[in-house]
Amino acid sequence: MTLFFINYALPLIFIFFQSALVLVAVLLMAYFGIYADRKIWAAVQLRKGPNVVGPFGLLQSAADLLKLLFKEIIIPEKANKMIFVLGPIVTCFVALSSWAVIPFSEGWVVADINVGILYIFAVSSLGVYGIIMGGWASNSKYPFMGAMRSAAQMVSYEVSIGFVIITVLLCVGSLNLSEIVYAQEGLWFIFPLFPMFIIFFISALAETNRPPFDLPEAEAELVAGYQTEYSSALFMLYFLGELAATFLMCAMTTILFLGGWLPPLDILPFTIVPGVVWFFLKMAFIFFLFSMVKALVPRYRYDQLMRLGWKVFLPISLFYVILTSSFLLFFDIAP
Amino acid sequence: MPSILQDYLPIVIFMSLCMFITLLLILPPLLIAPKNPDPEKLSPYECGFEPFDDARSKFDIRFYLVAILFIIFDLEVAFLFPWALVFGDIGLFGFFSMMLFLGILTIGFIYEWKKGALEWD
Repeated sequence: MTLFFINYALPLIFIFFQSALVLVAVLLMAYFGIYADRKIWAAVQLRKGPNVVGPFGLLQSAADLLKLLFKEIIIPEKANKMIFVLGPIVTCFVALSSWAVIPFSEGWVVADINVGILYIFAVSSLGVYGIIMGGWASNSKYPFMGAMRSAAQMVSYEVSIGFVIITVLLCVGSLNLSEIVYAQEGLWFIFPLFPMFIIFFISALAETNRPPFDLPEAEAELVAGYQTEYSSALFMLYFLGELAATFLMCAMTTILFLGGWLPPLDILPFTIVPGVVWFFLKMAFIFFLFSMVKALVPRYRYDQLMRLGWKVFLPISLFYVILTSSFLLFFDIAP
Repeated sequence: MPSILQDYLPIVIFMSLCMFITLLLILPPLLIAPKNPDPEKLSPYECGFEPFDDARSKFDIRFYLVAILFIIFDLEVAFLFPWALVFGDIGLFGFFSMMLFLGILTIGFIYEWKKGALEWD
C-alpha cells in the first residue's frame, strides 16, 4: 500500500499540480497579453488605451471576461448545433494542450517526452479543425468564407514552419525541447540561422491569424470571419484559443532561436537571474514585436499572402534546409 | 512507474485539465445567462438583410488545390524529421538519398508553379 502510494499516487498529485500551474500561467499570459496588446497599439497611435477599469485599466480584461461569461449563448436556427458548439471547444482545448511539453526552465516541464517538438507540431496544427468546424456549422456566408480562408492560410504557412523546424533539428539532433535549448549553450540559433528566424516569425503571425495576416476576420469584407455567429463563452473560447496559440508561438521562437531559459551571456550579473525569468522576458519581447507588427503594418491582400507563403517562404526555407545540411556535412560537425 | 507511463501520463493529465477548464468556461452562461430567443436573433447574419439563399454554396477550387499541395509538402516534412535526427550517422549516402527525393519534389513544385496552381487573382 505504501509502495503504491509512493510510486503512483504521489507522482500523480505532483503532475496534477504542475499542470495546473502551467495552465494558470498560460491563462495569466492571455489576460495580460491582451491588455499589453491594446496598450501598445494605443501608444503607437498616441491614444491612451484601456484606462478606466482599475488602476491603469489593468482590470479591463477581467471586466470583458465577466461580460462575456454572463451573455446569452446564441445558436443560429440553421446551424449544425453539435458541431457549432464543438468548434470553439476544439480550438481552445488544442491550443492549451500544446503547452504540456514547453520547458520553462531547466527541468520545469510537465511532460519531458523525447518527441516534444513533433507533439507540438501535431497538436497545434489540429487547431485548424476548430475553425473549419465553426465556420461550416454556422451555416452563414461570412463564417463559411472566413473559415475557408483561414484554413488555407494556416496550412500554407505550416509547411514553411515545418522546414524551419527541420533546419533547427539538423543542428540539434534531438526532438526533445530541452535538448534543443542545451544545444544553444554558447551560440543561440538566431545568429547562424537568422533568415529562418525571420521566416518563422512571419509564419507564426500567419499561423495564428495575427495582423497583418488577419484576413479571415478582415472586418471590412467578412464582418468577423468564422466568429461572426458566435457570442458569449463560445466566442471567448475562440479568442482564448487564439491568444494561447500566439503565446505558444512566442515560446517556440524563444526555444528554437533565442536559447530558451539560457542567459544572454554566461557571466555573473546574468547568471544569478533564474532561467524562468529569462524565458518570460524573451517571450515578452517576441510578443512585443507581434504587437508592433500589428500596429505598424497594413493588412495583406489574400493573393499577396498566398504568394508570400508558397512562392517566397517555401523555396527559401527548402533551400536553407539543403544549405544547412550540406554545411554540416562538409565541415563534419553534424551532431 | 513504468517509463512510458512516466513520459506520457502527464500529457493525459494535462489534456484532461485543459478540457476541464474549457468546459468550465461554458458553464456560467448556460446556468445564469438569459435565454430569450426570437427568429430575428437566430437567423444567420447577413448585414441586416434576410438571408438570400443557402450558405452552403460553391467555393473556389483553389482552396482544394491548396489542401492537396499541403498534403504533399507536409508529408515531405514528415519524411525529413527522422532524416534530420540521424543526420550525423548516415553520412554522404543518407545526404544524397534525401537530396534525390527533394530534387524530385522540387521538379514537381516547379511544374505546379508553371501550371499556375499557385496563382490567386
